[in-house]
Order: sequence, then structure tokens, then C-alpha cells
Amino acid sequence: MSSTALFLALAAIVTASYFGGRSRALAVAGGRLARLKALPVYHGAYVALATAIPGLLFLAAALMVEPWIVSRVLDASLPEHVRQMASGSRALWMTDVYRYLAGDGAATAAAPEVVSYGEQLRALQRTLTVAIAVGSLALGAAGAVVAGRRIAVDFAARGRVEAVIRAVMGVAATVAVLTTIGIVLSLVFETLRFFDRVPVGEFLFGLRWSPQTALRADQVGASGAFGAVPLFAGTLLVTAIAMCVAVPLGLLSAVYTSEYAGSRARAAVKPVLEVLAGVPTVVYGFFAALTVAPAIRELGTQLGLDVASESALAAGGVMGIMIIPFISSLSDDVMNAVPQSLRDGAYALGATKSETIRQIVLPAALPGIAGAVLLAISRAIGETMIVVMAAGLAANLTLNPFAAVTTVTVQIVTLLVGDQEFDSAKTLAAFALGLVLFFVTLCLNVAALVIVRRYREQYE
Amino acid sequence: MVTGRPGATAAVTKARLRRRHAAERRFHAYAIAAVGVAVGLLALLVVSIGSRAYSGFRQTYVTLPVLIDREIVDPQATGDPAVLADANYLGLVKQALRTRFPDVTARSEQSELYSLVSMSAPDAVKAHVLARPQDIDGTVEFRFETSDKVDALAKGRIDRELPPEDRGLSDLQMAWADDLRAKDELAIGFSRTLLTSGDSREPERAGILAALTGSAMTLAVTFLLSFPLGVAAAVYLEEFAPKNRWTSLIEVNINNLAAVPSVIFGLLGLAILLNFFGLPRSSPMAGGIVLALMTLPTLIIAARAAISAVPPSIREAALAVGASDVQVVLHHVVPLAMPGILTGSIIGMARALGETAPLLMIGMVAFIVDVPKGFTEAATVLPVQIFIWADSPERGFVARTAAATMVLLSFLVIMNATAVVLRRRFERRW
Repeated sequence: MSSTALFLALAAIVTASYFGGRSRALAVAGGRLARLKALPVYHGAYVALATAIPGLLFLAAALMVEPWIVSRVLDASLPEHVRQMASGSRALWMTDVYRYLAGDGAATAAAPEVVSYGEQLRALQRTLTVAIAVGSLALGAAGAVVAGRRIAVDFAARGRVEAVIRAVMGVAATVAVLTTIGIVLSLVFETLRFFDRVPVGEFLFGLRWSPQTALRADQVGASGAFGAVPLFAGTLLVTAIAMCVAVPLGLLSAVYTSEYAGSRARAAVKPVLEVLAGVPTVVYGFFAALTVAPAIRELGTQLGLDVASESALAAGGVMGIMIIPFISSLSDDVMNAVPQSLRDGAYALGATKSETIRQIVLPAALPGIAGAVLLAISRAIGETMIVVMAAGLAANLTLNPFAAVTTVTVQIVTLLVGDQEFDSAKTLAAFALGLVLFFVTLCLNVAALVIVRRYREQYE
Repeated sequence: MVTGRPGATAAVTKARLRRRHAAERRFHAYAIAAVGVAVGLLALLVVSIGSRAYSGFRQTYVTLPVLIDREIVDPQATGDPAVLADANYLGLVKQALRTRFPDVTARSEQSELYSLVSMSAPDAVKAHVLARPQDIDGTVEFRFETSDKVDALAKGRIDRELPPEDRGLSDLQMAWADDLRAKDELAIGFSRTLLTSGDSREPERAGILAALTGSAMTLAVTFLLSFPLGVAAAVYLEEFAPKNRWTSLIEVNINNLAAVPSVIFGLLGLAILLNFFGLPRSSPMAGGIVLALMTLPTLIIAARAAISAVPPSIREAALAVGASDVQVVLHHVVPLAMPGILTGSIIGMARALGETAPLLMIGMVAFIVDVPKGFTEAATVLPVQIFIWADSPERGFVARTAAATMVLLSFLVIMNATAVVLRRRFERRW
């Protein structure tokens, strides 16, 4: 029985128990609905929940322990030499087994031990699937019977159903917390494993990044270098360039939309800026690689400069364009929040509009703008596709915007895309970089949120 | 100014006023210029991609009569589809090309000749023969896709003055192409392949159908997970949550999660979904879950805003006629907030549709030719397809990438426009 069929069967008995519960409530009421303490719908929902919850819980638990049971039962029948294998080659051997089970033509000539193990696995999985199906359906049915018996005229079904609804909503709200915990745990564990192989100091302060791991021990350049400073420098360089583009343009756009523009111009300009924010980053990346990088290279050659075809300037510049709407919309909000009385005071003293903006509105909005810029920096540091497509892979430790640099996010992607062994230092390095990235962006975000909140309170 | 003549003071004041007004005009101009630059850059982006996209939607076709020779297709006249499917259709195409250019006899020249048409040509003949076996022994006129190079030549993107090795086409090939064009056998038309086939190594055979299907499936998973979870969480936080530390922890958490770089969610997916729970790599299932976790915070924030915009009088009225708090929420608050919630989730889905980086982490960069048939099969999505093509060295892929980008952008425009319309139509000001 496939899992889809099992779900359908469960859904069927849940539906059946809903209607069963409802009609039982109607029968109990004996035609006088007002006697019931809860509406029949709630009785039905109560029975349906009593069916669904045990059935689904059993199903989820069983699916989670299934691989564990399989490995417990079948590890004994693994051929001796497979049991001795390293995890990588063992996974390869298992792939053969799965291909045999899938009836892959190339694997029919498989080794006899693959065939025998495969057949055992198939038999066990079949048994387990049947057991899981029977178990969850039986539990569901049992729940329905127990709940159905409780239906009575004065049974408060509604309160129970609502308690479940509320609990489900509460659980939904914790998913965000679980996600954060999942992120932190996965990053921290893999990073700790990485630091078993590469010392923390070397990673954080090393000046050379060349994450090769050797296939053979005696290979030339066998030891990879995992000094991440060039990546941090590259990230900062690209971010700085992006900010040089985004801050002036974004801030002045915000000045225009919040101070100068009439309501019609505002209604026209704001959506256009929002469109900039809605363009996918991969499109910006393509734009950078297709148009901006060649243009900058061309310009550089005419000026007699040596420009790499994947320069930091192209990546940073395009990233700046992406960030403009981010800064402009947040700054627009904070500038709108500056009370009109401050502006009126300045006008009353004879200040022009630009003097009011520069000397009153901008200083008053400064904390909020600072928060916006911090958020934008965090966004730029974490931005991936633009730099992957336009910034290149060369880990140069340089401040020259015309050179090719690489960033933390580029390396995370490069290290993890393609075939890799999950245990190699190369893969684990990506998680260490991810942890650094997560930590830095988290600090920036928290700082920004605190600043913005403080600022809001000031004028409320 | 106490000293000096009154006229001089007035002159100084006037001069200063002029300066201040000039500064005012300058500042105003800077602000307008900034907006202009931002809008101009957006226009540049759209134009630079859009101008190339046009040729990506178009393909050069060559009209070629092919004699469907029974000797080659089905010598025993069995009519068995298995025999027909296995026949040497490439041979038929080659024969047709030799018939068209009978002067070409040298082997090396012949192989140059064969590379004028795309490798999709034999498939087209095969499909035709399988569909209409009665055409065997007849001559059928086919419209084949030309190869990438001929396509570029026909679209005028190859400089004829270049030496053959830089041009990618030999002098002979160019002469043949010109001959075809002179006899009106070469035509540029809308490329159906782009919308009806999967990825390929050859630009003229590559399409976005597989990626589009993958995107749709991934988004379906994302929506089915994030919408109920997001609405439930938002309702809980707005209506039921007690004001305590746990609640404020959840709130802070959601705000921070909304600003976590997307690539981190890819790492989460790789470590937890693939390596711990063993979900299949590259599958829409895994991709959808990752994107759901990523869009969940945005969705919760939007849904909370919509729910808190429902005025308390509605709740009080419902409570006053005896509704329980859950009934108040499910019967009144959520339905009234639904337009706002839907708007927020469409915008969230649009973001998820354009997202690339986390999907690279969970292996959706695979080379996918077939349209995925299930949620656990290997798939790719449109933005990742754009990324893969943008990385390909073949010239024809630039146009294909631009065309795919335009398709992606138009989907995003449609989604966002729907959100705007929804907001305009149903938003109520209380």
C-alpha cells in the first residue's frame, strides 16, 4: 500500500467518523436539537479529530522509526566486507541495491549479495508498510469508537474541539522557533565537526583560501587551506560598493517620495521602486553578467585600467541597484513618521524646504535611517545569486574594486553544489561559513530592529 | 548686521537668498535625479534582457523534403511500432540533406553539411512516422530546427568577415545556408521547443517546460505548507497568545527569521531535510519545504497585519451574541481578513518563485530533461534553469536565458498584479 493510498484511506475514515459522530448526535437528541449542549457539527468534528490525531501521530512516528528498524534488522545480513566499508563506499553499495530494487536494467547483472540483500530489504519493507497501514488505521478506528461512545446530550463537544484548534494554532506559531533552532543546530554541529579538522584560528584569521581536499594523501597541494579572511574581505568590498550605490540613491529617492512628490507622483514612483525589489536576484545576476560586467570592462580598458571580467564593481553595483528600494521604502516610512510640527517650526523660521529636510527631517529620522542601512547591509552580505553569477571564484585578498573577488555566499554555494561527500572538510567548511554569515546578519538585524523600535517610541 | 549701509545689507541678504534658493533647486534636482536613475536602471535591466529575449523566443527553421525510405525505416514491412521506433532516422535526415545538396560528396564536407540541422531533426521524423505510418515510402516536407550556429547566422548575429574558426561556421556551411535562404527554405519563426521541451545541451533543443513544471510543483508544496501554518500562527499570535516571555520570544524570532539570508535556509534543508530525514535530493518536495520555511515569517507578518486591521467592534458584536472566541475568529475575523492574508501570501509566493540560492543547496541544479512526474522526483525550477543557462558557454543560450527570464518576470508581474487587484477590490477601510 503506497503512502498516498494510506493517506486517502485515513482521510476516508476521518470523513466517515465525522458524519457518524454528527448523525449519532442527532439520534441522541431525538429530533430536539436544543437539548444538545453542542451543535451536531461539533460532535462530528470531535469524533473526526479523535480518529485523525492518533492515526496521524502513529503514522508519523512509524515513518520516523522505520529506517532505524530496517537498519537494526538488516545490518546483520549485510555482507562482511560491506560492513567494514567507509560510509561513502557503503552508500554507493546501497545505491546498487536500490537500483536493483527499482528494476534498473543495468543492475540486473548485480552481484548475488546485492540481490539477496535487496530481496530481504524488499520483504522487510513490505511487512513494515502493511504493519504501519494496519496500525494507523486501527488506531484511528479505535479513536473513533471511543469518541463516538462519549457522545451524549450534555457532552460539551465544542469546548474540546476548540481546545484542539487552539492547540494546533499554538503549535503552528512555534514552527518559526523550531526553524531557528534547526538552523542553529545544523550549523553549529557541522561547524564543530569542521573545527575538528581545521583549527578555529586558522579559519577565522588565515589569509589563504583554497578548499581542495586531496583524493590521495601524496597529491601535490594535498592540504587545502581554509583561511577565510579573503572571503570576508571580498564580502565587505562588494557590500561597500553596493552601499555606495544604494545609500545615496535610496535616500534621495526617499526624500523625493516623502517630501517633494505630490500624491500623484508618489503613487507613480513608489510602485516602480517596488518592482525593483520584486525582481528575482537571479535576474539581477544575469543582468550583471550580461550587461554591466562587460560594460565596466570596456570602460576600464578605454581608461587603461586592468579590469577583471568578473569584477567586484559589477557585482557590487548591481547589488546596489537591488538594494535601492530596500533603503528607499524604509527611509520613506521613517521620514513620514517625523511629526509635521517639526517641519512647520522650521518653515516658520524661514528655512527653505531643502534646509528643513537636511537640518530637521534627516537628523530627526537618522536613527531610523541607520536601522534601514543596517538591514540593507545585512541583506547585501547575505545576497547570493548576484555574486555567484558576477563576482567569480578567485579568493583574492584585495581592496581593488576592478579585481575579481569572492564572497562568503559564493563559496557556500560552490562548496555544496555538485557531487560531494558529506563528511569532507570542504563540505563542512560551507557550514562554518554559513554560521559566520548567520551570526553576522543576526547581529545586524537585531541592532537594526532595536534602533528602529527606540526611534519609533521617541515620537509616539 | 548692525554696521554698514542699509542698501549693502539688502544686497547681501539678496545674494544669500539667491544662494539658498539655488541650493534648494539643486537639492530638489538631486532627489528627482535619484529617482530617475533608479527608474532608468530598471528600464536598462528590462531592455537589455528583453531585447535579447526576442531572439530567444524565435528559432530558425529549414524546410527539407525527406523521403521516408522503407528500406531504412521498416525493410520487412512489419508495421510494428517497436521496429519503427528503432529505425535509423538520422540516416533519413542525412539522406535528405544529401539530396538537397547533391554536389557534396567528400566525407568531411558531408559531415559539415549534416551539422546544419539540429539533432532534434531525427526525433521529428520519428514522431511523424510513428503517428502516420502510411507516409512510409512517401516524401514529406519537414520544418527542422537548424543548429545553433545557423540560427545565429540567420539572425545576423555572426560577423561574416571573421575567419571561419572564430565564426563557428565554415565557408561551405555559410554558402549552404545562404543557398537555403535564397530559395526561401530558411525561415525564422516562433520557437515552440522553448515552451514544450526540457533542458538540453544544445540551445536550439532546450526548453523551459520541465523547469516550469518543477516550479509549479515546488510552489504547490510551499503554498500548501506555509499558508495554513502561517494563518494559524498569525491567528494564534494576534488573538489567543497570552502576553508572556514565550510569546515575545516567538515574535522576535519571526522578525529575525524574515531577515535571515535565503542561502542559510538552503543549508538547513541540506543538513536537516536531506541528510537527517533523508528526503530525496533535488525533489520538489524538499525544495517546497525549504521555501515554505523561508516564506513563513513574511506570511505570518502579513497575516497578522491583516488580522489586526479587523476592528474590535466586529469581535465584540460576535461575542455579544454568544459566540466563543474560536467562533469569533473562524467565523468573522479570519474571513474579513482573508483578502489581506491572500495578498500577503501571493506576494510571498512570488518571492518564493524567484528564489534560487536555497534550491541550489539541495541539488536542484541537476540537468533535468524530463518533466518531473512526482513530488519526490528530481526536478529543477525556472530561476535555477536561468542560472544554469546563464552559465553555459554556447552562444545560443544567452537568448534562451533572456527568454526564460522574461517568462519568469511575466509570471511575477501576473502574481503581483493579482495581489494589487485583490487589495483594491476587497480591501476594506474600517
